[in-house]
Amino acid sequence: MAYGRGAAAVRAIDEITLGIAQGEFIAVVGPSGCGKSSLMRLISGLHPPLGGSLTVEGKAVTGPLKSVGMAFQNSNLLPWRNALDNVLLPLEIVQPYRGDFHKNKSRYSEKATELLHSVGLAGFTQKFPWELSGGMQQRASICRALIHEPEILLLDEPFGALDAFTREELWCALRDLQAERKVTVMLVTHDLREAVFLADTVYVMSSRPGRIVRRCDVPIARPRELEVTYTQAFQDIVHELRGLIGIKISG
Amino acid sequence: MDRREFGITVMSPAAFVVAMFVVWEIACQALNVPLAILPAPSDVFGALWQYRAPILDNSWVTLWTTLAGFAIATAFGLLLGIAIGWHRAIYAGIYPVLVGFNSIPKVAVVPVLILWFGLGEIPAILTAFLISFFPIVVNVATGLATTEPELEDVLRALGASKLDIMRKVGIPRSLPYFFGSLKVAITLAFVGAVVSETVGSNKGIGKLMLDAQAAFQVPIVFAGLLVLAVLGILLYAATAAIEARFTGWAFRGQANR
Repeated sequence: MAYGRGAAAVRAIDEITLGIAQGEFIAVVGPSGCGKSSLMRLISGLHPPLGGSLTVEGKAVTGPLKSVGMAFQNSNLLPWRNALDNVLLPLEIVQPYRGDFHKNKSRYSEKATELLHSVGLAGFTQKFPWELSGGMQQRASICRALIHEPEILLLDEPFGALDAFTREELWCALRDLQAERKVTVMLVTHDLREAVFLADTVYVMSSRPGRIVRRCDVPIARPRELEVTYTQAFQDIVHELRGLIGIKISG
Repeated sequence: MDRREFGITVMSPAAFVVAMFVVWEIACQALNVPLAILPAPSDVFGALWQYRAPILDNSWVTLWTTLAGFAIATAFGLLLGIAIGWHRAIYAGIYPVLVGFNSIPKVAVVPVLILWFGLGEIPAILTAFLISFFPIVVNVATGLATTEPELEDVLRALGASKLDIMRKVGIPRSLPYFFGSLKVAITLAFVGAVVSETVGSNKGIGKLMLDAQAAFQVPIVFAGLLVLAVLGILLYAATAAIEARFTGWAFRGQANR
């Protein structure tokens, strides 16, 4: 994949092969500008590949996939819809929900309310985005990405704009959601602790052109508590990953 | 509404209006201004009461021609605005023509309209329409053009079509712009209707004032102006109320103040 044209083109991503098993949680980390987000946009189909091919579940990707749910660094909630209606949005777009949305609206609303409850937003379903804190908005945004039961949840630095404490709270919310629903998750982040705490497998990318330089399985048993992030084993993994990224920057 | 709020939103404009009339009255009396130059408010209100039947009759004509022209402008402006915001090519093609058309003073168009449709309500309605659709088009198109690409991405990632994106994001996003432009458009439509009546018609406040002026009935002319001002305020307030009702989310700051 490349941005720009002709000689000025920047090759953002070089050959990358990623394997994600059903129900697996993977994280992609790397220095800023290494093409993490581009990779995610490719997988979601928001960006067509210029050269080569992209296959997801054995099928070539030509346009946005129906089976993905995406959440971004900004919650991107629609300001004219309350939290519940924002979460319901994908059901108004994606088949098969779209076809019977009006008929089953109350059932879907119940489902969305339940989802919002599970991330701690009970009592905030009728609030508009500007009445919610940054962390709450991001919770709602993740609910919106999950409501249509996508095969894979793509998270593009979803906690990047939050303060450290809110971020850790949301790690736990995401961990519980994933454990409960067995969703396949791909998380793009530059926070190594976040990647190691949440993921089963961490991929490290190098920059320009972006390629995977290391695949690292996280051997820490689940369920993981926040305490785990202060253990030696955890620190060692983070340290090792940091080293990989550090070499690539100075080299 | 608490007492302080009531004082600010109701009492202070009322007090200002009364004070304005008092100053006007005193000035006319003290300086002994001739009736034919500037009648005092007492004369104006006297004329308003004395000729209430024809004034009411003609106001009604002006009001409904304004509203008819405004309604056409709203529908047409919304559609054209969406079309222009839909695609850059449509924007590039139509916009220069639109700007050129808008630069033509509408007074100059009225004689043509009278030529085509004869004296009557139709030229007034069409003038009101022609003068007021432009701000609606521009605002709707601006609202669509400035929609955050991130919001569109949310829908595109779900595989939404261009029409879906328009319905779920583009149009709701541009509604505050649309309603904002309605406030401008209603005032312009009103101006258009009155201008057309003044140039040539057989009814309406504009026509009434023209006749009164020809007969040196200056208090009636001013009574007409007063009616126009009141109608203008009412029309503006009605549009503003509709705006607040439909796009409350865009004015969130004011609700807490």
